[in-house]
Amino acid sequence: MIREFFKPAPEQIETSPTVSDEVKTTTCYMCACRCGIKVHMLDGQIRYIEGNPDHPVNKGVLCAKGSAGIMNHYSPAKLTKPLKRIGERGKAEFQEIEWDEALGIATGWLDAVRRSDPRKLAFFTGRDQSQALTGWWASQFGTPNYAAHGGFCSVNMAAAGLYTIGGSFWEFGEPDWDRTRYFMMFGVAEDHDSNPIKAGLTKVKRSGAKFVSVNPIRTGYSAVADEWIGIRPGTDGMLVLALVHELLRAGKVDLDYIVRYTNLPWLVIRDEGAAGDGLFARGADGEPLCWDGATGQAADARLAGVSPALKGEFSLADGSRAVPAFQIMAQRYLDEAYSPEAAARETGIAASTIRRLAAELAEAAFEREIVLEQRWTDWAGRTHDTMIGRPVSMHAMRGISAHSNGFHTCRAIHMLQVLLGSIDCPGGFLYKPPFPKAAPPGLRPVGRPGEINPATPMAGPPLGFPQGPEDLLIEADGAPRRIDKAFSWDAPIAAHGMMHMVIRNAWAHDPYPIDVLFMYMANMAWNSSMNTAGTLKMLTDRDEATGEYRIPKIIYSDAFFSEMVAYADLVLPDTTYLERWDCISLLDRPICSPEGPADSIRQPVVAPDRDVRPFQDALIDIGARLGLPGLVKEDGSPRYPGGYADYIVNHERAPGIGMLAGWRGETGDSHGTGGANPDQLQRYIDNGCFWQGEIPPDQRYFRHANRGYLEYAVSMGFVGHADQIVLQIYSEPLQRFRLAAQGHGDVQPPDAARNRIETYFDPLPIWYAPFEGAALEEAEYPLHALTQRPMAMYHSWHSQNAWLRQIHGSNPIYVNRGTAAALDIEDGDWVWLTSHHGRIKGRAKLMEGVNGATVWTWNAIGKRAGAWNLAPDAPEAKTSVLLNHTISDLLPEKGDGMRWSNSDPVTGQAAWYDLRVRLEKAAGDEAQESGPQFDAIRPLDALPARPAILRYGLRFSRAWRRTHVDGGRT
Amino acid sequence: MTDLPTRTGRKLGLVIDLDICVGCHACAVNCKEWNTGGHSAPLPDTDPFGAHAAGVWFNRVHSFEVGDGAESRTVHFPRSCLHCENAACVEVCPTGASYKRAEDGIVLVNEDICIGCKLCSWACPYGAREYDEDAGVMKKCTLCIDRIYNENIPEAQRVPACVSTCPANARHFGDLGDPESDVSRMVEERGGYDLIPELRYAPVNKYLPPRPRRGPGGDGPRTLAAAQTPGRAAEAETEEPDGFLGWIDRLLSR
Amino acid sequence: MHPAYSVILFTTASGAGYGLLAMMALFAAGGALPIDRWFALSGFILALGGITFGLLASTFHLGHPERAWRAISQWRSSWLSREGVLALGTYVPALAFAWGWVVEQEYGGSWRMIAVITAVLSTLTVYCTAMIYTSLRPIRAWHNHLTVPLYLSIAFWTGMLWLNALTHVFGAHNPNVGMMLVVAGFLGFYVKRKYWRLIDTNPSWVTPEGATGLGSLGKVRLLDPPNTQECYIQTEMGFRIAREHRVKLRRIAFVCLFLVPLPLSVFTMEAGPLVAIPGAILAAVIAMIGALVDRWLFFAEAKHTAMLYWGAETS
Ligand SMILES: Nc1nc2c(c(=O)[nH]1)N[C@H]1C(S)=C(S)[C@@H](COP(=O)(O)OP(=O)(O)OC[C@H]3O[C@@H](n4cnc5c(=O)[nH]c(N)nc54)[C@H](O)[C@@H]3O)O[C@H]1N2
Ligand SMILES: Nc1nc2c(c(=O)[nH]1)N[C@H]1C(S)=C(S)[C@@H](COP(=O)(O)OP(=O)(O)OC[C@H]3O[C@@H](n4cnc5c(=O)[nH]c(N)nc54)[C@H](O)[C@@H]3O)O[C@H]1N2
Ligand code: SF4
Ligand code: SF4
Ligand code: SF4
Ligand code: SF4
Ligand code: SF4
Ligand SMILES: [Mo]
Repeated sequence: MIREFFKPAPEQIETSPTVSDEVKTTTCYMCACRCGIKVHMLDGQIRYIEGNPDHPVNKGVLCAKGSAGIMNHYSPAKLTKPLKRIGERGKAEFQEIEWDEALGIATGWLDAVRRSDPRKLAFFTGRDQSQALTGWWASQFGTPNYAAHGGFCSVNMAAAGLYTIGGSFWEFGEPDWDRTRYFMMFGVAEDHDSNPIKAGLTKVKRSGAKFVSVNPIRTGYSAVADEWIGIRPGTDGMLVLALVHELLRAGKVDLDYIVRYTNLPWLVIRDEGAAGDGLFARGADGEPLCWDGATGQAADARLAGVSPALKGEFSLADGSRAVPAFQIMAQRYLDEAYSPEAAARETGIAASTIRRLAAELAEAAFEREIVLEQRWTDWAGRTHDTMIGRPVSMHAMRGISAHSNGFHTCRAIHMLQVLLGSIDCPGGFLYKPPFPKAAPPGLRPVGRPGEINPATPMAGPPLGFPQGPEDLLIEADGAPRRIDKAFSWDAPIAAHGMMHMVIRNAWAHDPYPIDVLFMYMANMAWNSSMNTAGTLKMLTDRDEATGEYRIPKIIYSDAFFSEMVAYADLVLPDTTYLERWDCISLLDRPICSPEGPADSIRQPVVAPDRDVRPFQDALIDIGARLGLPGLVKEDGSPRYPGGYADYIVNHERAPGIGMLAGWRGETGDSHGTGGANPDQLQRYIDNGCFWQGEIPPDQRYFRHANRGYLEYAVSMGFVGHADQIVLQIYSEPLQRFRLAAQGHGDVQPPDAARNRIETYFDPLPIWYAPFEGAALEEAEYPLHALTQRPMAMYHSWHSQNAWLRQIHGSNPIYVNRGTAAALDIEDGDWVWLTSHHGRIKGRAKLMEGVNGATVWTWNAIGKRAGAWNLAPDAPEAKTSVLLNHTISDLLPEKGDGMRWSNSDPVTGQAAWYDLRVRLEKAAGDEAQESGPQFDAIRPLDALPARPAILRYGLRFSRAWRRTHVDGGRT
Repeated sequence: MTDLPTRTGRKLGLVIDLDICVGCHACAVNCKEWNTGGHSAPLPDTDPFGAHAAGVWFNRVHSFEVGDGAESRTVHFPRSCLHCENAACVEVCPTGASYKRAEDGIVLVNEDICIGCKLCSWACPYGAREYDEDAGVMKKCTLCIDRIYNENIPEAQRVPACVSTCPANARHFGDLGDPESDVSRMVEERGGYDLIPELRYAPVNKYLPPRPRRGPGGDGPRTLAAAQTPGRAAEAETEEPDGFLGWIDRLLSR
Repeated sequence: MHPAYSVILFTTASGAGYGLLAMMALFAAGGALPIDRWFALSGFILALGGITFGLLASTFHLGHPERAWRAISQWRSSWLSREGVLALGTYVPALAFAWGWVVEQEYGGSWRMIAVITAVLSTLTVYCTAMIYTSLRPIRAWHNHLTVPLYLSIAFWTGMLWLNALTHVFGAHNPNVGMMLVVAGFLGFYVKRKYWRLIDTNPSWVTPEGATGLGSLGKVRLLDPPNTQECYIQTEMGFRIAREHRVKLRRIAFVCLFLVPLPLSVFTMEAGPLVAIPGAILAAVIAMIGALVDRWLFFAEAKHTAMLYWGAETS
């Protein structure tokens, strides 16, 4: 007793507690990276979520968001019941209704539209991972007005990549992390491939390879870079073209690679003013021609046996003159306009640094050449004993894409990679299946005049890749056919649609009014819109004549009480990711790795505790109620009565090709193609909820020209034929648009757009100053303003997550210390950030690692008071900022009387990062809170009360188990 | 017992590589996730959806900037209990609730006898102790004692949660008392160091410093002429722009 | 450091209590106090009351006051435990001594031994209290050679003030007490001045560079904290007091603790009881207020190395 007092009995430690009664695998959805997870369940509660070590994406690791999945599941901001608006829009006054009524209302509205003019439905989905379903549903409905978030996200990257190398950055390709010797990253803070990039960076650093990060801001990945290039925003194109200039000057380019794999040897017609000028010289069957040095004649450039000339001017049989694209390219970039000195002026990077970077690239590519003793066969059937690697790799994302010059900048980067011979070679940039595809892929957008008819499905998917003006979705008079004006002269190659223009256009009835706006998973009333305050007005604006809302009906599906919910007329509450079936399909955004294709599923791990339904189930249900042909049987009954799970297994896009590639066919033995397998989902579950195909070593590289791989790709349905995929440095589709602007062809841009099209549809990469800056006085708006994704938060979603919001509960405005000193701003001061469009107030945080002309903040931390079931005085509402208030959806008027959209002129990509601002200290007597402040959103009655304390895990504690579980658990 | 063991059988601890930590907070959140249901469960959060959210976390990731101007760099810095050999947090504890295990050196709190006087948290220079206001007891990193020996977990995963989840593989776990262990070797090779050695807490956990940057003036070639190009492209000998198109005038076959 | 009222009350009240107890014991041992049981009773109530009140107050800041008894178990390593042991231990001779004086009306002879033990244990208890703070290496303002003298001298001074007041009330004032009071006052004054100078002029010993081990790369500044709202470590160790505030409070502490009570008690010493009694009581009360403010500052001014990880530039 006394002994026990002085020497308390040693604590009994349970070193082997039971972790779980049951482990269920599924796929994370705390962001779009789609890692494999194992969910440990104990006593019916989620005990622990960990990375699945077998999963191809994350190989066992999990990020901060993924680890906080439990708190998403227990969030008090989860919607609980379908809602019908009863008050004014935006006031969040709703009546709770039953699902049957909700689906009935939706069906009623949509049916009327479908039978009159299907285009009056605009169906736009945001950070969605079921585009294989939603896009197909839109086609079945018959509306071309469909897109997901790509247009405001990074369509510049997708389009530039697909039109150039038939693949792209995003998570569609990645560096050969194991072999690369030099890795250059442009404008990436986090990216979709979050975990793989982190693992890859570690490989790069451990192997002693050099990692260069080009980014105005030095945080996250850039912090661990061997060299940080703090570039001035929007000028990467100049940097890259200067690198090209240097490499060309020194002849440090891989001519073998260029000749074998690119279209640079192809002959380009030189016939100024003629309709064919700048197009490829083609033979009788449309084959591109080159000048065969061996025969001294023009020859089919795609043939294996030719020896194409790279320079010279040649007369063709029809009398026209042509030069190899290579010569045009070389001549352009050898010009002093692209010298390091010229680039230094724009980028702020010393010319000597640019020269050194060029030298380092060349050294890595050519002196550190990798020779793999791996026999392989090229497209022409020739066998090679080795695979030659140029171990330079690159990756780029929104720092490049979210500028109005992003398409060309991204193409410039791909051109640099190609000139170094580093696309899909050992140590270079690697495609992930199903890429590469033809550059550009053969799919054209559907929705031209005559292609849209009442109550009739469209002939194909709404999105695609125009090859020329004929593919545009425009009326005879040139007016846009789509509500977002994608594939119009405003944005001809808007391959992902233009979600950011939908609300404005629908409100403006330009090009026409719509009836139903149907949105899914996009917080358009806040962080995913430019001009947020204006957007809120458009959503609530009424037609003076009729008193009706200018956007008459809004259906919205969200899982949480986001800002957007308040603006819907009908709310379809979704489940969280742990409560539903999902399908990460090869038909959508793949999770493949260079080693092989892969797809995966989500399975319900826990049952919803409230009256919500998976959106996909609801969508399929609505489709069946509408009688959409693909969704009903001949007798009119639902084709997929089992909802999305049923659809995933049984729907076939083309014979033998379904949502999932694994375990197809009656017996489940075929992969890639095959009939439906009723057991397919179970087979996935048995395998950890994913399937991965394996590509043999001889097909791992040069896949654009690797016969074995190309044949495999055909067998898998990735590509239509096994022809070589020629890398398109010189882009003929762009030239076709340019020719139209120059007055050729039947489909020509309206006069107001001619100049723009002619300028920006250059068949070779160009650089121009970002539009917003170019339209403003530098002295008035001297600074660039950017956002970055915080690694621990996903856009707006995570402010309702009890753990993650402790990490990023508010966001300061980061300013370079020197810049701040000049403005007399100190750490913690309240400051105003003013653009030509609006202003925000926040607190300054001074730092060293940011370009002097740049300020920035974390994205989407600022929240509207009352939303997300946060206390109205939460720091998200009171001290945080949302940069979107300063970003205009339209460019400042600049002499031509036009207010163009704040987008890339080629793709329509939203130019978030063109933003220019000035910074001022707030007056001492101003309120110590962020601005602008909006009226607090009224909390929904249906939401649970916010707990004062969260004791998650109490039920697993020793104390609890001692008292509540018989005998405890050991 | 609050007396520190004179020596511990093993010195289990973490080695954190500041050279590759990208500051993603994964280790911090996964630690919270594991431990809120683990040995010290729960790790509560007060006012979780309000203005003053504060929670118990055993691991927190700070971001620092080091140096000025062009010479500066950003360093992400995860911080948790260092399981000090000379753990004053243990010595000051008046109840014996805080103790250091003789067998492996792990510093723990026995919540059943902790009176919540907070003195141990004052004694920790590193801010590694976390007070659970709700339960009125002190809590801290347990080095995942309920994972590392857990026979219900596959052997490969018997490492702390923060280690197994780190996407950058910047965290390592092992016996720092064994000079032959992987972690000891790593510390040896990379110059792993102690935090605030002058306070003589003798932390077991070590930090690997960021490597010198191969930045401006790094070890790469300075000019393009210095870089050799193998194969046919090596024929390029000139940096003259006009010369460039000259040398490619020869046969290249597809 | 966060100035917790329970701890401030505890250290000041018990400090004055032990001071009074020790001085009563010493003066009694020297035969310099009246044998009057009412005087003794008042003295013991004041001293033991202060001590007991302090001890009780200290449990308010515990997460588990009902387990407070456990705190005396680790006397071999923990100064807090030692303090607990001694605090409890002091009651034994103190109560015996009180018994002798109040009940037996005796403090000479063998009671003298008990008096001395009481004084020694009281002093040691205060010493232990001071050592709790002195032993905390992360806190520069505490981990130094002046914390012990500071605690002892303030206990001595406040204890003497109460003794002085008592002797006036009971008409038992004598030059020895007066002399000792002046000595205590000047000693306290001197130590406090020295302490302030020490913490003001001593450069912080751990810097952000040392805390992170990154000093060889340059000056270290916090870019982003791990949490955007305050966590426990920040509320507990990150208490910050503005400079103007600090100067003002130091002035108040100084005036209340020394500048008023010392002259007040000296100048009223020789006056008649109508002046001397209120004068002495007033001096003691004002000094207690000063002591509270001063103890508040002792915490508020102290910086903890942990805050270096949250952006503090010095510790
Ligand atoms: N200033 C600035 N603005 C930007 C950007 C930027 O960098 N800076 N980035 C842009 C980019 S690239 C993007 S992609 C957009 C992203 O913007 P959004 O697409 O709006 O993205 P989120 O905020 O992630 O989430 C949208 C909605 O999805 C809901 N949601 C979450 N989980 C589920 C679920 O399981 N089911 C359903 N039905 N809903 C769910 C959330 O509650 C939220 O309301 O933001 C764009 N806006
Ligand atoms: N944790 C987390 N992960 C996410 C998301 C999230 O919200 N949170 N969102 C997902 C989504 S939708 C997307 S689109 C991806 C986007 O992933 P990222 O492409 O990483 O997106 P951003 O955070 O916009 O980062 C853009 C980076 O480009 C830099 N930058 C800006 N302008 C320029 C420039 O002109 N030149 C250069 N070189 N750099 C520039 C910025 O400083 C920033 O570091 O992330 C996805 N992953
Ligand atoms: S990166 Fe993180 S949030 Fe995204 S899927 Fe993977 S684990 Fe989940
Ligand atoms: S998980 Fe790894 S990379 Fe991320 S913060 Fe922790 S240690 Fe750094
Ligand atoms: S880091 Fe702090 S809590 Fe951990 S052992 Fe060392 S002193 Fe104790
Ligand atoms: S808070 Fe608990 S563990 Fe810490 S010193 Fe006090 S009794 Fe010991
Ligand atoms: S060892 Fe375990 S308890 Fe400690 S920081 Fe890592 S995950 Fe947290
Ligand atoms: Mo995005």
